[in-house]
Amino acid sequence: MGKKGTAGNQGPGIRSDCFAALELKSSGGIEIILNSKVDALYKKSIQELAHQILDFFQIKDAKLEIIDRGALPFVLAARIEAAVKVCLDSQEEFWLEMIPENMYQTRKDSTRRSRLYLPGNSPKLMLNAGIHQPDGIILDLEDSVAPDKKEQARFLVRNALRQVNFYGAERMVRINQLPLGLDDLTYLVPHYVNIILLPKCESADQVQAVDKKISEILSDSDLDYPIYIMPILESALGVVRAYEIASASENVASLAIGLEDYTADLGAPRTKEGRETFFARTQVVNAARAAGIQVNDSVFSDVADMNALREVVLESKSLGFDGMGCIHPRQIKVIHEAFAPTEKEIQKAENIVRAFDEAASKGLGVVSLGSKMIDPPVVKRAQKTIDLAVKSGQLPENWKEQGSEEDH
Amino acid sequence: MTISTHHHFRNGDLVANQIFIAASELGVKDLIWFPSASFHCHEPMIEYLKDGTIHHIEGSMNGPLGRFASLGNMKGTGVLRSHGGRYQAVQDGEVVIDIAVIAAPTADPFGNANGLTGDSACGLLGFALADSQYAHKVIVVTDNLIPFPCVPWQIQGNYVDYVVEMDQIGIPERIISGTTRITKSPDRLFIAELTAKFCDEVGILYDGFSFQAGAGGTSLAIGNYFGEIMREKGIKARFARGGSNQYLVEMLEEGLIDYILDGQTFDLAGVRSMRENPNHVNTSPFTSYNYHGKGNFAGIVDVVILGATEVDVNYNANVVTHSDGYLLHGIGGWQNCLFSKNVILPIPLFRDRIPIIRDEVTTICGPGELIDVIVTERGIAINPRRKDLLDAVKNSKLPIRTIEELKEEAERICGKPEPVEFGERVIAAINWVDGTVIDVVRQVIE
Repeated sequence: MGKKGTAGNQGPGIRSDCFAALELKSSGGIEIILNSKVDALYKKSIQELAHQILDFFQIKDAKLEIIDRGALPFVLAARIEAAVKVCLDSQEEFWLEMIPENMYQTRKDSTRRSRLYLPGNSPKLMLNAGIHQPDGIILDLEDSVAPDKKEQARFLVRNALRQVNFYGAERMVRINQLPLGLDDLTYLVPHYVNIILLPKCESADQVQAVDKKISEILSDSDLDYPIYIMPILESALGVVRAYEIASASENVASLAIGLEDYTADLGAPRTKEGRETFFARTQVVNAARAAGIQVNDSVFSDVADMNALREVVLESKSLGFDGMGCIHPRQIKVIHEAFAPTEKEIQKAENIVRAFDEAASKGLGVVSLGSKMIDPPVVKRAQKTIDLAVKSGQLPENWKEQGSEEDH
Repeated sequence: MTISTHHHFRNGDLVANQIFIAASELGVKDLIWFPSASFHCHEPMIEYLKDGTIHHIEGSMNGPLGRFASLGNMKGTGVLRSHGGRYQAVQDGEVVIDIAVIAAPTADPFGNANGLTGDSACGLLGFALADSQYAHKVIVVTDNLIPFPCVPWQIQGNYVDYVVEMDQIGIPERIISGTTRITKSPDRLFIAELTAKFCDEVGILYDGFSFQAGAGGTSLAIGNYFGEIMREKGIKARFARGGSNQYLVEMLEEGLIDYILDGQTFDLAGVRSMRENPNHVNTSPFTSYNYHGKGNFAGIVDVVILGATEVDVNYNANVVTHSDGYLLHGIGGWQNCLFSKNVILPIPLFRDRIPIIRDEVTTICGPGELIDVIVTERGIAINPRRKDLLDAVKNSKLPIRTIEELKEEAERICGKPEPVEFGERVIAAINWVDGTVIDVVRQVIE
């Protein structure tokens, strides 16, 4: 009997996914047994893809069984490759075409109001995630993936980074806790991932280890684009070390806090009022600001209660957070609305930016509004408010041409 | 010989199967079954199709019956008609009903009957109206026989030849759901919200407008979004065409809608409302769908929200077969609704891996001239014939695309589908609303 390997999901309720079972043989060529829901329309192309992958790994004799429930090519390829890797000890990787839409870069200070968590081994949820327009989409390799599926999820996440259009959302991946997470990076870095989320982070060393590995892979692959890190603080120790983690590398773009694990670590039940997490949240906000970076709040887990979510987001905003995690696409809109600047904030920001423009056009080094002098960080913050207002649809992009309130 | 039944009991019907059990026991052969629709509960009919009791079905063939027919196993050729087309076919004598069996939740010995009360209450009996009026023999079957008079008499005893009493004619929880539910799928909610936004932006939602949305999860959500917009704008609808459900009833009771004109009730709230509220009106395919009806009001509805299994780049749409060729759904009132002022199809760009927008649909059920807008999660396509709608969205931020662009996007994601090969044999004809054949369904090769 030859080696056998399986990957993927099957059974009732499974859609847009497939299951691949590979058995290596010593003779007889390639036998593919395909049981597909979309057989009538894609039989040939599925078989071609399977042959291509087996060929790539120089497998000449094998039986490959595919139970397909309408999986897209990136899923089929990931499942077949994962099954191959169970049988073969190969460092080679089968890469599908990188769609050009996915080759975008991000900025350290990009808007990050919402980041949507998606389980890294569930392709169905990935397909339409981008249409809901979160600021970031997280393909999660950590808690949402069962231990025995960790390996195959890497192939799926890598293929999703190459082929699933996220329509401009920042492409984030939550890696596993170190050291396993360092190995995850091999499957992510060459594929235009924008942000790496580092879970249960407790030291600057961990951040630096991730940062170092990222730059090694980039340089080995002859690639040069920014990949930022968002450490997630989920323990008492992590919170205490927030500042040194935030300032561990130039590439740390934001600190995030994970309150489920944090409250478990404290030994305090997580309550609606959140008094037990108040210290941690303010500490993390303060540390992030001290390091000059963004800060993102935890997730809100009751996906049915939008009113409660709104209250939580408003509190989050009032504490100084820039954004929150979401576990359901319907939460995105509520989060964006709650983080949107108020009319008063927008008006103030407009006046500051106009005053700055005016000073710049007159060649003045000092900006003033009425009798008040305005410092550069204030202008920067005002511009951020304006950007957010435009992004939230509260201001047209050409707002400057529309005249100030005084003109009306 | 043709025997007809109605589908107001949906998947809880206990009567239709028994007719053919009896016919089989009597040794009768080559019957034509003429249901207004069939459901999964009618799977046992396969046995009577096999043993020759039933020659063929003229009506929708859903699920297992459709699969059976698609593989070429039905002796005769099926005919699918819309609800209005069914009425027209009876009226024009294209179908002569020998025996109409009308299951009635409540009836009197005279044959007056309605669907409002009784254990099997289903709201109304409109789909059996033509059968009662035109069949040679009319049998009312009930499990709730009451003394004369049974009022209101949705079916009039004057047409009825026999009344038969049975212990149970339907399974209540399969006839009517306790509640209909709005979809929780974020992707479908997204499409629903986009559809409602579109309707609002192009000016369809004005004070006194009318609409029809089905009982599917997405349609329900669209009705709900309509309600939000109406409240915000302070407008109301003159009427909504049902299938009624709790959400529509809530809108009626809130005063957002003046009238529900109802063709079938989908939940208990619908049945109760029809029983109690004079503005919740019982209609039949004659009043709203029939080609010959002089007061056919389908044509004056401002907007209808419909589904489809496929749409092609010429906006022709399919509602009966899947892309693999299997006949799995009926036409229902779908074709009749195409005559409304704005026909909108909110559909996902692909289901699993199957693109919905195709070069050509597998089966044409509705011509592209009558289909105005396709709303998908990745963009909205407006039929170029609708210049008014295209003008209305000129400065809008809505994601307007051409249908070709949407098709290309789906194919980039899913891959280009391979052509499907069919057998030569025609297994069913698809009739248009006037009784002409608009397309045929060919046998599937396994």
